[in-house]
Amino acid sequence: MDFSTDKEHALLAEMYRAFAEAEVKPLAKETDEKELFPEETVRKMARYGMMGIPFPKEYGGAGGDNLAYIQAVEALSKVCGTTGVILSAHTSLCAAPIYEYGSEEQKRKYLPPLARGEKLGAFGLTEPNAGTDAAGQQTTAEAREDHWLLNGSKLFITNAGPAETYIVLAMTDKSKGTRGISAFIVEKGMPGFTIGKKEEKMGIRGSSTCELIFENVRLPKENLLGKEGGGFGLAMKTLDGGRIGIAAQALGLAQGAIDETVSYVKERKQFGKAIAQFQNTQFQLADMQAKTDAARLLVYRAAFLKDRKLPYSVEAATAKLFASETAMEVTTKAVQLHGGYGYTREYPVERMMRDAKITEIYEGTSEVQRMVISAAMLK
Amino acid sequence: MNIVVCVKQVPDTTEVRIDPVTGTLVREGIPSIINPDDKGGLEAALVLKEKVGARVTVLSMGPPQADLALREALAMGADEAILLSDARFGGADTWATSSTLAAALRKLEWDLVICGRQAIDGDTAQVGPQVAEHLGVPQVSYASELSLEADGKAVVVKRVFEDGYQRVRAKLPCLVTALKDMNTPRYMSVAGVFDAYKAEIKIWKLEDLDVDPANIGLKGSPTRVKKSYTKGTKSAGKVYEVDPKEGARIIVENLKERFII
Repeated sequence: MDFSTDKEHALLAEMYRAFAEAEVKPLAKETDEKELFPEETVRKMARYGMMGIPFPKEYGGAGGDNLAYIQAVEALSKVCGTTGVILSAHTSLCAAPIYEYGSEEQKRKYLPPLARGEKLGAFGLTEPNAGTDAAGQQTTAEAREDHWLLNGSKLFITNAGPAETYIVLAMTDKSKGTRGISAFIVEKGMPGFTIGKKEEKMGIRGSSTCELIFENVRLPKENLLGKEGGGFGLAMKTLDGGRIGIAAQALGLAQGAIDETVSYVKERKQFGKAIAQFQNTQFQLADMQAKTDAARLLVYRAAFLKDRKLPYSVEAATAKLFASETAMEVTTKAVQLHGGYGYTREYPVERMMRDAKITEIYEGTSEVQRMVISAAMLK
Repeated sequence: MNIVVCVKQVPDTTEVRIDPVTGTLVREGIPSIINPDDKGGLEAALVLKEKVGARVTVLSMGPPQADLALREALAMGADEAILLSDARFGGADTWATSSTLAAALRKLEWDLVICGRQAIDGDTAQVGPQVAEHLGVPQVSYASELSLEADGKAVVVKRVFEDGYQRVRAKLPCLVTALKDMNTPRYMSVAGVFDAYKAEIKIWKLEDLDVDPANIGLKGSPTRVKKSYTKGTKSAGKVYEVDPKEGARIIVENLKERFII
């Protein structure tokens, strides 16, 4: 059994590292403080094929795989959690369901501009009264003669605003519960579709998180994604994939915080020596790295399974649970090892700690991941 | 238009240490990179590829693991890669290296050869000019800008020196040596990386080249390294806080003391 990545992925890791260090890291502080969506960075990522990594070239993608994609999320998140989640939501939550559930016509129409990064994607499932409990959907899509009439609103939608292509879940038949949910492709600019309030968040502050509002939006019939009534299944499968992306974001945040801490403890002197020479520092660092390495193996395993078209739902939940909780723990320790400086915005570890918290919440809270894992154990 | 870019895989000397006992480079654990001047040259070639549709071939001489530098060049957008790799090429100085590269270039069709000015692990700046001499083509060294004339028959190069520059027009075919500062090389692209590992890298051995074995490898290298050592650190200088006139007097006095003036 070989736990090292192959040559392609090793070279890609080097490319992502170079890109993240030079293009993303210098902007991370300002992105966070001013809550700036890093548009220019997204354009640069597009130029190098990073907005469509796991999709075939015939659809505008890079012809890579899921491991290559999550490596990118990891590398970006190491220096900027915001940039990591932009890529993750775009790829896993919008482009992926179009690729996996779209008709050939839909794939030809929507996937190339997304994969080439000309358009950004988003995914709307959560509502004021439907988060983890997806069946509580109040957004409705009524079948009319030649269109669907979409009404309702979505909450906490990552990439909302800058995104131009949205996958939106709505009730098409309330009597059927989750089997009455369908997925639709909604485009920015459609009459009746507006972007609502932008959230003010604790972390990933450059990521645009907004409400989506639909007032009598007439959706062409062909904008139904997947089967009518198949939306819940589509959303759950999509989130399985998304969880690997978020797990990779968490992994990047953890490793980024470790790297910052390693440099800091070698420089910072107390009692006449670098704090790296104290055993407490050494043991803390060892624990941080051991857990992060374990998280990496779980995350890569989930991507590996997805790439081989093997079941990966439980493995994705495991990876997300462990990576996000590791990120929270490691970034908190990183702040502690930085002492008072760690609590200031002069150093990036406080930002990483704030960014890490959301990884335990979105795309399925840690509690949901525990439900998924234990349900598979007890069935 | 066909462009051949010669690249060398070098240890990243920003991370290199010298073994204080042996005086040699400690190469273990040091990442290998494309020599920065060569990467600038590659970028210049890729810009021409985008502008005029040139075909870009990267050529390197080195051990089998230099394959990685060529894959990186392919992932950046080069069309083809050739590695001159043979144990008999090993230990080459600049003469043997340029003889070998020139022999490979004689087998290829090209209008322009771009080499980096110099390699960060050798700093000789000799290989590019020597290759041009072997091939009998004009050479323009120290390029900080490179463009193709509208008729596609000549290049215009800005040659940079410490105290000025020249703008030189050279008819093709010719050889240009590039400075890393001439541009900011692009990154590899994701698709490029996957394609680079699907591409074949041609490996040419001694038998594939028409070159006199007396001019290659360690045996064909007239250079002998007598000694290599790390320069001792200079002692901290003296600081005088005085007015300019007194300063000038102190300088003159010191120069006289050392019999420099």
